[in-house]
Amino acid sequence: MKLMWFHLMPYTELPEDFRERHPSVWVDIHSSLFDPKRAHHMYNDFMDELEYAADCGYDAVCVNEHHSNGYGLMPSPNLIASALARRTTGVPLCVMGNSLALYNPPTRVAEEFAMLDVISGGRLIAGFPVGTPMDTCFAYGQNPSQLRERYLEAHDLVLRAWTERDTFAFNGRYNQQRYVNIWPRPVQQPHPPIWIPGGGSIETWQWCAQMDYVYCYLSYYGYKAGRATMDGFWAEMARLGKDRNPYRAGFAQVVAVAESREQAMALYREPAEYFFNRCLHIDPRFAAPAGYSTEATQRAGLESMVKKAANAQSLILGDKMNRGMTMEDFVERGYIVIGSPDEVVEQITALATDLNVGHLMLLMQFGSMGKALTQHNTKLFAERVMPRLRPLFSEWEDRWWPKPMGQEERAALPAFQPRLAAE
Amino acid sequence: MTELPDTTTIDINGFATRVWRKGSGRPIGFLAGFGGLPRWVPFLDHLAASRSVIVPSLPGFPGGDRGHSVLDTHLDWILAVRQTLVAAGLEGADLAASSVGASLALECAALWPASVRRLAVVAPFGLFDEADPPADPWAQRADAVPGLMCADPEIWKALKAMPEGANSIEWPIEQTRASEAAARIFWPLGNTRIEKRLGLVKAPTLLLWGEGDRVVPRGYAAKFAGAIGAATTEIKLIPGAGHLAELDQPAAVAQAILDWCAA
Repeated sequence: MKLMWFHLMPYTELPEDFRERHPSVWVDIHSSLFDPKRAHHMYNDFMDELEYAADCGYDAVCVNEHHSNGYGLMPSPNLIASALARRTTGVPLCVMGNSLALYNPPTRVAEEFAMLDVISGGRLIAGFPVGTPMDTCFAYGQNPSQLRERYLEAHDLVLRAWTERDTFAFNGRYNQQRYVNIWPRPVQQPHPPIWIPGGGSIETWQWCAQMDYVYCYLSYYGYKAGRATMDGFWAEMARLGKDRNPYRAGFAQVVAVAESREQAMALYREPAEYFFNRCLHIDPRFAAPAGYSTEATQRAGLESMVKKAANAQSLILGDKMNRGMTMEDFVERGYIVIGSPDEVVEQITALATDLNVGHLMLLMQFGSMGKALTQHNTKLFAERVMPRLRPLFSEWEDRWWPKPMGQEERAALPAFQPRLAAE
Repeated sequence: MTELPDTTTIDINGFATRVWRKGSGRPIGFLAGFGGLPRWVPFLDHLAASRSVIVPSLPGFPGGDRGHSVLDTHLDWILAVRQTLVAAGLEGADLAASSVGASLALECAALWPASVRRLAVVAPFGLFDEADPPADPWAQRADAVPGLMCADPEIWKALKAMPEGANSIEWPIEQTRASEAAARIFWPLGNTRIEKRLGLVKAPTLLLWGEGDRVVPRGYAAKFAGAIGAATTEIKLIPGAGHLAELDQPAAVAQAILDWCAA
């Protein structure tokens, strides 16, 4: 299986009484909480951590896009990925991803992703999320009634921009461009692998199946909460006659490893409680602007005994539920995979097998976790857990993985001697 | 129990669109506000007492199917509403409208001045003053919406409560759709720059405003009155009413409209 190291880049110094005194970590979080000089250190630590993960041998490093968000300081993940393209040599770069409808014209995404693919020598995984309502409708002012149509049209435009050989006119409902002709063109042909982070909507699953894209469920609430969604996904794949290749799917999981479970509980308590209690404190008024969820998804939710909430809603339901919870509760509920290396191997093996996911995106820096502890977690997992998990799913081919240029074809990176951090 | 209206449908861009009719006398039209009209309301009976009231649904609002889904631009919306008014038999008639419907009624009165005889609008959308911004009706906790729309939250709750025998899946979807349809045209600020067109409105226009409007502040009445090009405009505040004043104070709002249109 693939073990990918995912950074959310949270602001690590939200005040202790954040939850009581501030309505939301997202959209209208107050600027007075942001200290740019402290954030200078955070960004540089975070980028060190991503490079460290690459050095430790993770299968990929992952970044994502959020706006006006106290737990995600990457309005442009492409900027981070671009730095990583120059500071790493072999590791795939998973940009999870660019919210297509937010770019005008969306051709910009085709261009920037092509740049990343070219600079990195074909190491890009191109993620195309619709984006949460907080990011898209509220922070970026996109119309919830048109968001999905714009997203799908932007996807078509990007795909054509990558694959058509000649300059073409794009005559879309929302985008019209007389001359589409991007320079540069992606290294990976016909285009970088496309992964779709999504909530539990059946239309997204069907679309991923039709387009042969990877579907990723990026909840922060772990494998127990993700079970229903992934079961739904695989049931739909079966209905559509698709195989159970686990590499059709990706899943995010908070993971914390130490020499023993007791030590892990002690080491990671503070950052975990910071993450679940402060970072995920979101004002419910931003959860569900009318039109964001399609009527088919609403209907499925109303018809189902188990409420299939859209991702943002489940985030906020989670926030409500988490009030006053502690590390023990998070562990008990499966939000966090935690323990000694043996215990973590056991839990992830069970998780990956149960959910049938071949791409696991590990959240190993979470909340207020500092660089030293992040690197400890990262290194211990790489040395003592990763080798034992890698053979899982070896009977399946990962058709959705980057195909970079050969090492001998690639540019040397002058004036840069990568320090092997894991040494 | 009040007598129900006659219901017919007209075709607007391929969507079956509900038209209610009740009463007799000279016709008067009504376009609903935010949330639309999922059921007949007492306000319409007050109008129907002395006039033939004609109530076509707006695209995407209750009775308007998914008509909003094909409207991508402001011009698309105005043309759809224009077609609706004509098909409902309201060409040249008096027209009353509320909230989002009021904004669209003003647009039609501006572009087709001869199409409206006298106009009465309740708290229209369409302007945005940074110093006194309208509320964001889409960023609300569900339990805050009734009190935002009406001075008496119970009135909104009663409007939106599922009637016995209604489809328990489709009813809530229809209510969400109404909010989406309003978003489709007015997202994110409610600002359609209608001030550019208000000068073309020639029909005498009555501006009604709930004194306790928490969506569009009542100071907007003067902004509209100042921009509308009609020789006669008048502002009337409705005590004890919120944004959808016709729901909070049906008799007072209907009487003001009937008086205005009696001229």
